[in-house]
Amino acid sequence: MSAPRGPRGDGAPRATPTRGTPTRTAVAALVRKDLRAELRTGDTLPAMALFSISTFVLFHFGLDARSLEGDLAAGVFWVTMLFAAVLAVNRQFVAEREEGGFDGFLLAPVDRTSLFLAKAAVLFVFLVALQVVAVPAFAILLLEPSPGPGLPELIGLLLLADAGIAAVGTLVGALAVQTRAREVIVPLLVLPLMIPVVIAAARGTAPLWLEAGAAAVEGRWPLILGLYDLVFGLLAYAVFDYLLDE
Amino acid sequence: MVFFYAPNEADQGFVQKIFYLHVPLAIVALFGFVAGGVYGIRFLRSGDRTYDLRSYVAIHISLILAVGALITGSIWAKASWGSWWVWDEPTLVSFLIVFLLYACYQPLRFSIEDPERQARYAAVFAIVGGAFVPLNFMAVRAAESLVHPRVLSTTGGAMPGSMRVTFLVCLAGMALLFVTLNKYELTSKQATFALRALKRRLAGDDDWVPIRRSAAPQL
Amino acid sequence: MPPTEHAEASPEAEGGRGASAAPAIALRDLGRAYGERVALSGVTLSVPVGQTLAVFGANGAGKTTLLRILATLLRPHRGEARVLGHALPGEGWAVRGRVGLLGHDPLLYRDLSARENLRFHARLHGLAGRARTAASSGAAASSGAAARPARGGSAGERIEGLLEAVGMTRRADEPVHTLSRGMVQRVAVCRAVLHEPELLLLDEPLANLDPGAAAAVGALIGPGAGVTRVVISHDVAHGLAEADVVLGLRGGKQALAVSRAAVDEAAVRELYR
Repeated sequence: MSAPRGPRGDGAPRATPTRGTPTRTAVAALVRKDLRAELRTGDTLPAMALFSISTFVLFHFGLDARSLEGDLAAGVFWVTMLFAAVLAVNRQFVAEREEGGFDGFLLAPVDRTSLFLAKAAVLFVFLVALQVVAVPAFAILLLEPSPGPGLPELIGLLLLADAGIAAVGTLVGALAVQTRAREVIVPLLVLPLMIPVVIAAARGTAPLWLEAGAAAVEGRWPLILGLYDLVFGLLAYAVFDYLLDE
Repeated sequence: MVFFYAPNEADQGFVQKIFYLHVPLAIVALFGFVAGGVYGIRFLRSGDRTYDLRSYVAIHISLILAVGALITGSIWAKASWGSWWVWDEPTLVSFLIVFLLYACYQPLRFSIEDPERQARYAAVFAIVGGAFVPLNFMAVRAAESLVHPRVLSTTGGAMPGSMRVTFLVCLAGMALLFVTLNKYELTSKQATFALRALKRRLAGDDDWVPIRRSAAPQL
Repeated sequence: MPPTEHAEASPEAEGGRGASAAPAIALRDLGRAYGERVALSGVTLSVPVGQTLAVFGANGAGKTTLLRILATLLRPHRGEARVLGHALPGEGWAVRGRVGLLGHDPLLYRDLSARENLRFHARLHGLAGRARTAASSGAAASSGAAARPARGGSAGERIEGLLEAVGMTRRADEPVHTLSRGMVQRVAVCRAVLHEPELLLLDEPLANLDPGAAAAVGALIGPGAGVTRVVISHDVAHGLAEADVVLGLRGGKQALAVSRAAVDEAAVRELYR
């Protein structure tokens, strides 16, 4: 049937204030639910951390150069972060999909984008939590210079990059969970889309990890990260609704 | 026109002429991807499945053109630089990334069985991909420089008039080729669907066997 | 009445309740397809407020599709649908939160406990902490398993009342995946009625329940609940006993749509032939 569809009514302003749950309440409820589930079963964060540390160890032995600095260090770190993110994205919507969670959410009088905001926020939190562990691990295992001096800039770059990864990762996660080949589609889509983030983050981080002492971060890299976050954040936010529609 | 009008370029000789094929292929392919995204937006907003079909066809053909661009690019690279592929070259790398991304378009469509959801998700993908193309090029270009001849750089295309004219003609020709292929595939698919609709009406709903899973959109 | 007649449920068939209020459900030529496969077509009926619609049909006849459309989870492709006075799909947002769905999926997160699941749903429906006008919720909840928790009271009280009513208080803090199928169903019932919906959509609600649980749950989702209900059931006798309006589906098409008085068991069983 190809009946044309008119403009959607979802997202229209609520007629009566008592109907319709405010978005922030819904987002808070969803985030709490996800974090509680993670604390209880803990299958995502430990997997991400374990993966990252194993990868660092592998590089430690594989690269023969026992200590890295500059470009190489930044590259190794960020690629590992990206693969760890793929792990998280793979599991993001599985509970919703398998336990009918999408239906449960869709039945509630909430704005559908609150699911996107909640999931992206949780993914962001996971990434930050991962990096709290991964950066020291990286420093111990592979990094020659100390990350101390460049720490504020590093944190800034981490947060910017994590935001971009969270936005795009959540979108791809939602898209892939409804397909049959989720675990294959997620990396296939996420990796190319994240390359600008990896490039900008790695090139930005590189000067911070120079043997000779942390140099300043080139301005254009945070700029590109910011632009990416803005464009894809807004795009993902706008387009997410359509993924849940039937 | 390529062979007789444009003069032989000084450094690279005859092989350089492949540039007239390669660059238009690449440019039109990229614009085709972005067009696929635009059609995706229009589909989501209107729900009209013909937009989904246009999006699919645009991306499909652009993908073929992209393969052509990669192959001709490799031939040109081999002839003028001595190797089939160069990794430090931003334009090549970002083009390859875009190609790899869009190569997932059809597998993605195929993996979703419900045709409406397939159309919607494909549109989402096309939109994200379309936004990604310019961003990707910016990022990669900022990261590296300049082995790839920047023929159309901001310093003003340093091509003699006759070459520029030939180039523009080839670009226009490639764009027309794209549009023609588009129309061809669109009409072919629409005819197929019209035929199926008629057959279905003749057969009666009960006896009708629905179409097998496919990556192509159904109307 | 031969099952292939497209008899429409007319206002006279309402059993004398009067057609003064707008019907809870009004469908006209409703249709929905999955690609080329037509799942539902030509469904036309009307269900007044407070009555029960029983839906019968063999597997694959389109019953679940109909239920999901009424729940605003699916968009109708053809025809008109009005639920609780609002047109679907355009005004679906106004209907959500007033409809309770109990389908084949319990819609509960397996790693969380029953109580946590219910609290989550309460928050999602904007119920938490909202203290309604206090009713005698305490007295009603403690008077036995068959009593229904009174309306009103905060969300927390309501959750406790519901858990008590279905007999799940003792195991309310264990992860859902440790519960038996029957217990999960009971908690699912709680979830479906937690937000006090005006329309209940029930897909074989008594499946997996032992008679005791079925009785307990009956007060919450049975005919006595005082709300409009749509029930899919394979138990023809039981379904008919509770129904005011009967819909029979065969192959997605409407085969019967009449009031209870106009049909008998034999006609319904014809649908499954």
